[in-house]
Amino acid sequence: MASKKYDLRVYPGFRGITLLCLVILYAPLIVVMVYSFNASPSITNWEGLSLRWYADVFTGPESAKFKSAARNSFVIALIAATVATTIATLSATAILRGGKFRLRMVSFGLISLPLMVPEIVTAVATLIFFNAIGFDRGLLTILLAHIAFCIPFAYLPISARMQGIESTYEQAAMDLYATRRQAFTRVLLPLMAPGIVSGFILAFIVSLDDFIITNFVKGAGVETLPTAIFGAVKQGIKPNIMAISTMLLGVSVVMVTLSWLISRKDRKT
Amino acid sequence: MAGGAATGGSSTSDTYAEARTWLLLPAWVTLGILVLAPVAIMLVYSFLTKEFRGGVIWEFSLGAYDQFFCSRGLFGDEPCSIEWTYIQIFWRSIWQAGAATLLSLVIGFPTAYFIATRPPRQRTLWVFLVTIPYWVNLLIRTVSMKFLLRDEGPLNDFLTGIGLLNEPLAIVNTNFAVQLGLFYSYLPFMVLPIYAAVERYNFALSEAASDLYAPRWTVLRRILLPSVKPGIVAGCILVFVPSLGSFLAPDLLGGARNFMIGSLIEEQFKGNAGNWPFGAAASMILLTMVLIILLIFARQQAKAES
Repeated sequence: MASKKYDLRVYPGFRGITLLCLVILYAPLIVVMVYSFNASPSITNWEGLSLRWYADVFTGPESAKFKSAARNSFVIALIAATVATTIATLSATAILRGGKFRLRMVSFGLISLPLMVPEIVTAVATLIFFNAIGFDRGLLTILLAHIAFCIPFAYLPISARMQGIESTYEQAAMDLYATRRQAFTRVLLPLMAPGIVSGFILAFIVSLDDFIITNFVKGAGVETLPTAIFGAVKQGIKPNIMAISTMLLGVSVVMVTLSWLISRKDRKT
Repeated sequence: MAGGAATGGSSTSDTYAEARTWLLLPAWVTLGILVLAPVAIMLVYSFLTKEFRGGVIWEFSLGAYDQFFCSRGLFGDEPCSIEWTYIQIFWRSIWQAGAATLLSLVIGFPTAYFIATRPPRQRTLWVFLVTIPYWVNLLIRTVSMKFLLRDEGPLNDFLTGIGLLNEPLAIVNTNFAVQLGLFYSYLPFMVLPIYAAVERYNFALSEAASDLYAPRWTVLRRILLPSVKPGIVAGCILVFVPSLGSFLAPDLLGGARNFMIGSLIEEQFKGNAGNWPFGAAASMILLTMVLIILLIFARQQAKAES
């Protein structure tokens, strides 16, 4: 063994490609973040640091539009993520703690369906569905569509967590005369908390970020942040759009980091 | 365990077996009404007659599929000959998605391998670094890419600034820009399954091959690659499938000449075309293609496991 001239696990160039990969992933985001602090109204020239475009987002001529879009986005994300997380938790309990039954695989397939159907197809189908049943498009249609595609994103971390919990805990509780409901609410749910929080956060971000489905099912004049940004970008990339993008990007990164820290801290203990 | 990770596995029990119907009911109702029923109605709509400026007339018609596959001359009265316009758009989408998948594989495999061979404590951090951009809004990522690549953008400024180029490189509105955008959209889907496969790989196999005088690149090709193939296939599918129906990357980075399926469908509902049955038919054809790919993949996975 000592005669090995090189480490077999190391391939030359792989480290370089990994670093290149990270550069490609981060460069566009960092460039937009930097340019959002540009004092110039032109997006090409650099004229020094300034917060004027952030001020413009909150007080400028388009601020009312952005504020209502932001409110819509956050309200929808909050409700959709809450409902989706609840549904996902109940489903995971049935699929992982409900014994073997015929519809088990079918149920799992149904839950992962939104991940398999191309987003544009879901968007078209949902639009046609609301049209066929005569449901007026507006905030409610966006919310309903979001709940559906958030379920698998909430389900994945929740079921991963539940698989890591031995069922002996609940059985012990029930041996000590806890009812099934008590075993669920007092034993399983608290143990599940990190998974549920992760699931909620992911569902929240996915809802906050969705453009394609929202764009199809939203009513005229109803905007969320992504549809407002898309509408603005069609006229050209403006500095205030970069400021909004930077803020939205910050929210996503903070929330994902939070979710990661929760799951990591949990794994250590 | 690979299948178990998705559906259950070791710690399943029947503690809540009696309540399972009630526990699953919300998911069944929500997804049944909001996903299954809409797809079924979309299928019906694809066989209806179009109404101008959107909507449908409830009258059976094969018009949408006829428009897709058949060319009937200027006045629409000639016998059916193959209509290439839409088949070409689908073909271009397949080609673009394939190129993006290849690009993701070329960059994603070494990255996944590098991460999987880090000390265990560092791995989660590396995985985290690669996945963060995925959680940033797809629209913002695509717009950022456009901002970086455009003719007067920072990348061209930099390249002309250091004297590497005399004139800015026109990347935006080319096929390559779309491929780069798709690559940027779905790269983590390539890295994660390959990473998981390499992490499970037993390096004693490489040792053995090397002891028998295999050069390291032969070890990679003959021993490592076949062992982690399921991860590579999964990664390719996870990048290819969403790329196929993507809308934002071709719309923002591609321009009019690089039209893909997603834009074709969008135009029927949001744009000027306003032909709902045709949009529904194109969506059904896309969905069928995707389901066939996933079915073949699931078959192979099942075969590999047994």
